[in-house]
Amino acid sequence: MRRKRVSYSKYGYIFSLPFLLAFLVFSLYPILYTAAIGFTDLKGVIPKPPHILDNPLQNYKDLLFDNATFRQSMFNTGLIWILNFIPQIVIALLLTAWFTNQRLKIRAQGAFKVLLYMPNIITASTIAVLFNSLFAYPMGPVNSLFQMLGWSDAPIYFLQDKTTARGIVAFIQFWMWYGNTMLILIAGVLGINPVLFESAAIDGANGVQTFFRITLPGLRTILLFTLVTSMIGGLQMFDIPQLFLLGGPDNATITASMFIYGQAFKGSYLYNRAAAASMIMFVIAAVLSALLFYWLRDRDAARLRKEEKKLRKAERALAKGGVMHG
Amino acid sequence: MAKILESNPVSRGINRTIVYVVCIFLSLLSIVPFLIMFVNATRSTPEIQSGLSLIPSTHLMTNWQVLLNKSFDPFKGFLNSFIVSGGTTILTVYFSSLTAYALVVYNWKMRQPFFTFIMAIMMIPSQASAIGFYQFMYQLHWTNSFLPLILPAIAAPAVVFFMRQYLLGSLSIEIVEAARADGSGEFYTFNRIILPIMMPAIATQAIFAFVASWNNLFMPLILLTQKDKYTLPIMVSLLRGDIYKTEFGSIYLGLSLTVLPLFVIYFLLSRYIIAGVALGGVKE
Repeated sequence: MRRKRVSYSKYGYIFSLPFLLAFLVFSLYPILYTAAIGFTDLKGVIPKPPHILDNPLQNYKDLLFDNATFRQSMFNTGLIWILNFIPQIVIALLLTAWFTNQRLKIRAQGAFKVLLYMPNIITASTIAVLFNSLFAYPMGPVNSLFQMLGWSDAPIYFLQDKTTARGIVAFIQFWMWYGNTMLILIAGVLGINPVLFESAAIDGANGVQTFFRITLPGLRTILLFTLVTSMIGGLQMFDIPQLFLLGGPDNATITASMFIYGQAFKGSYLYNRAAAASMIMFVIAAVLSALLFYWLRDRDAARLRKEEKKLRKAERALAKGGVMHG
Repeated sequence: MAKILESNPVSRGINRTIVYVVCIFLSLLSIVPFLIMFVNATRSTPEIQSGLSLIPSTHLMTNWQVLLNKSFDPFKGFLNSFIVSGGTTILTVYFSSLTAYALVVYNWKMRQPFFTFIMAIMMIPSQASAIGFYQFMYQLHWTNSFLPLILPAIAAPAVVFFMRQYLLGSLSIEIVEAARADGSGEFYTFNRIILPIMMPAIATQAIFAFVASWNNLFMPLILLTQKDKYTLPIMVSLLRGDIYKTEFGSIYLGLSLTVLPLFVIYFLLSRYIIAGVALGGVKE
């Protein structure tokens, strides 16, 4: 160990420099800039030099207390996210349990996975326009189908009704993402130590018991990861509601991102108000992520400790039993 | 009770039947909307309005003519989307691999704080900085340029995270040391030895980066106002506009044109894509 030592640590800095520079220029500076704009009167096609408002929080106050559309957009974002996430996680978990169950031996799994993941690949804007055409009134494919099956006598104006419009947006989100969630969960199950499943099988646990006692606890980290990424994705929801109904009917499907886009880039040029709305969204994302991460980290460490103990126990049991391979 | 049910081969057969029925139903749910789209691309507007059909008709060329007359230029859209997505993909995978390599191989003081920092910025929604980003690009006169859509890809925290996990699992430091002993410089080692080792991870992340960029609507919609710079999603958004209101066949044809190449690529690469998603889900 008496070799001449060269320190390579400077390459750590050199190699991560491009990332850092790109982040500072294209992410951090714009965020700080956005935050600053939120306190000013910047608006108009050709922006004048902005001034800090007499009451710097005026934009925030207007948004939170006087702007019904903003409140509506926040409410819609949360509602549509919950409406799509609950069925998404339930179906994904069910399929994961089926596909990873050794005793069920489901055939053509590969084909099913390919097909269920497919909607996730297609451009969201295409899907939004497609569904808009599918639900057309008075004669669209879905209306035809309903009449063919005898579910309705008169054509239904799906897109004019707040409930069905929101429901369809949530359904599209569900339809696009449950396959992705399923694959991530399956990968998570494959990452669980097989020894746990083997010992459960030896102990005579059935499919349901194995799922609730081993699969689900082992998936906790992945589940929270799914929750966090889905939540951030949900907060950013834009393409589908934007192109599906442009926020209608009566603002029932307008989301926070659409509100921001609409304020700044669709003719009103209210950059200050849009910036303030962005910052509110940012704070919500930060708080929710922090909460989830705190939850994730705490449980994760505890789980790891527990699992290690369990593993050591299993190993000792194996060693004692003396039934070993080779 | 569940135990009794499971051990009985008959009820296990019933369970499996339920599983297949549900899976086939969900698979149909994935396909049918696209099937309707492709079929309707070949039908005339009155045919489409008269009801649902899964048999193609003969109006493909008419719909095509209508579409072209309305100045829908799918080839231009493809080219633009391809430039943006291709550039984004290359920058994302190269620089994320480089950053991940820095995090795994070198022992520098800021290593752990930098990793925590990357984890934290993974959570920032891109819309949160959109207004400032737009103003900044406006001042640089970079609106209607592809650069602001491509260059930010250098900093992709989620991809760095993934690459780091992959390197931790697959790279043994001896390879790097052996290369050093042979007189290879650090950059050379990374480009010629490490990148090939990372190929499976790179392929996976390249597919995702490409699809994500290809599907991105928000940023291009903000930054691009010149027609000849439009990417495909913006063109799709125009299909919803008033000039197409009564030309259902052409709308479906336009949508089909944006989907078809992705379909072909997806079914060719589906095995890798599925494996990639699975790979991406594994932590640690």
